[in-house]
Amino acid sequence: MSEITPDLVRHLAGLARIQVTDEEVSRFAEQISLIVDSVATVKAAVQGDVPATSHPIPMANVFREDVVEPSLSQQQALSGAPDSADGRFRVHAILDEE
Amino acid sequence: MSDLVFKPAHQLVELLRSGEITSVELTQAFLDRINKLNPAVNAYLHVSAESALATAADVDRRRAAGEKLPALAGLPIAVKDNLTTTDAPTTSGSKILEGWVPQYDSTVVAKLRAEMMPILGKTNLDEFAMGSSTEYSAFGPTGNPWALERIPGGSGGGSAAAVAGFLAPIAIGSDTGGSIRYPASMTGTVGIKPTYGAVSRYGLIALASSLDQIGPVSRNVVDSALLQDVIQGHDPHDSTSLPNDLGSMVEAAKKGSIKGLRVGVIKQLQGEGFQPGVLARFNESIELLKAAGAEIVEVDCPSFEYAIAAYYLILPAEASSNLAKFDSVRFGLRVTPEGNPTIERVMAATREAGFGPEVKRRIILGTYALSSGYYDAYYGSAQKVRTLIQRDFAKAFEAADVLVSPTAPTTAFKIGEKNEDPIAMYLNDVATIPANLAGIPGISLPIGTADEDGLPVGIQFLAPAMQDSRLYHVGAALESALEAKWGKTMMDFAPSLEALASEVK
Repeated sequence: MSEITPDLVRHLAGLARIQVTDEEVSRFAEQISLIVDSVATVKAAVQGDVPATSHPIPMANVFREDVVEPSLSQQQALSGAPDSADGRFRVHAILDEE
Repeated sequence: MSDLVFKPAHQLVELLRSGEITSVELTQAFLDRINKLNPAVNAYLHVSAESALATAADVDRRRAAGEKLPALAGLPIAVKDNLTTTDAPTTSGSKILEGWVPQYDSTVVAKLRAEMMPILGKTNLDEFAMGSSTEYSAFGPTGNPWALERIPGGSGGGSAAAVAGFLAPIAIGSDTGGSIRYPASMTGTVGIKPTYGAVSRYGLIALASSLDQIGPVSRNVVDSALLQDVIQGHDPHDSTSLPNDLGSMVEAAKKGSIKGLRVGVIKQLQGEGFQPGVLARFNESIELLKAAGAEIVEVDCPSFEYAIAAYYLILPAEASSNLAKFDSVRFGLRVTPEGNPTIERVMAATREAGFGPEVKRRIILGTYALSSGYYDAYYGSAQKVRTLIQRDFAKAFEAADVLVSPTAPTTAFKIGEKNEDPIAMYLNDVATIPANLAGIPGISLPIGTADEDGLPVGIQFLAPAMQDSRLYHVGAALESALEAKWGKTMMDFAPSLEALASEVK
């Protein structure tokens, strides 16, 4: 059995900024445990020195000329925002008052 | 109802070009059928009748004036709802993006517009393309046009069902682990995942950036070839876009004889776990390829055993990072808890309300796989498995020009059968995932129905990176051998969707 406890699920959900109910915590702990147990086979799959592949096709970094190109206007950029003011995205307080 | 909707796309293109039919007439025929049958199928989340007809009218006017038009001008198309469109909402099947209308077109959609193709609407998918049944869509499941109580595959079940149900002549899908090929197999249609980077991902809502690829969905091989020729090509807006010219897929599809082509049967993707009716059709197709002059060899890909495991670490890891952008600030949903909450609490409440269970599971799993202390054991090992799978392919392609397997272990299962069992769901993609991990192209095409349930079976061909043309060549050859044997096309085996839809009512 893997180490995916309800407390760990709660912690991971917190890191991922997802609020979870107690019911979700226990269901996800059970389901993710099973998934982790089954994907853990990768640990034994590789013997010896094998390089990691992050990207399927070898590619070089891409550059372009440093010139201004058309982009979204401020109004367009804000058009899908849940809240905005004075040409900026408006959000709730970053820090707790306490 | 107009018979036009049942004609293959390449024939419709000829009828449009010769002026025998107008694009308005054709587009209206599809809109009428969508209007009538989409409530039973739920292939479309949004129908763009007005803008589709406007494009069609423009094409007709220009054609009447004698203007030279693009090859597919006037041919309607459906687009998976994870590609941005400025004139239609783009939800990616998620509540968190419900009603969002993007401010820019994805490159593929821009290319469809430049080709003057009327866009009929946006098709259903598993939320953020996470799933293989389309049941994880926040807007309800899609029915399989062969049997509406069954899944059409996923994540692109909407595009596959639209094409299989004659609700579109052709469609756009995206494939991260099989999301084009698996639905093609479930619905008796053709689906292609091009080489990674062959089609621009700009404006595709990212699931796993090192795996995602956009590709065509159709009812026959040459129709997909027509579409890939339109959507492929380098795009400076996508840093992973290939600069290479892959050539014409239509020419490849028309190449004909496969005499001497070496076809490698993948040892690991047959036998145990595969439904008898799937294997029976598969073996018949191998015999047809042999009769057509192909040389059949067996290839050994031992690392495929670890492909699903590696995939379900790499995908959630990349997805957990990609989906961080849904933070209630710049677009989409915002849920504000009571009191005077901080932005962190607003984000957490928004993501709780906006994401469905599979998305949450995968984000949490990905966050775990990337945590310090676990990173090397899980994500690091998975990336090494990726290398091993690439080496298996490299070796197999020394012995064979294309590789072959069934696309999926079984035919379409019933809606609700697996959706609380993630691991059973993940096994559906056992044959399609290795191609995404290695970045190589793959096609699924229909090869008949299984004896035990009468449902479609698909075969998958894989080719080396940038050799997409080989898939169209061998695919078209097998398709014509099968049609010669049957004396009809695959879709002629399908039941009438009108009849199925009226039973549901």
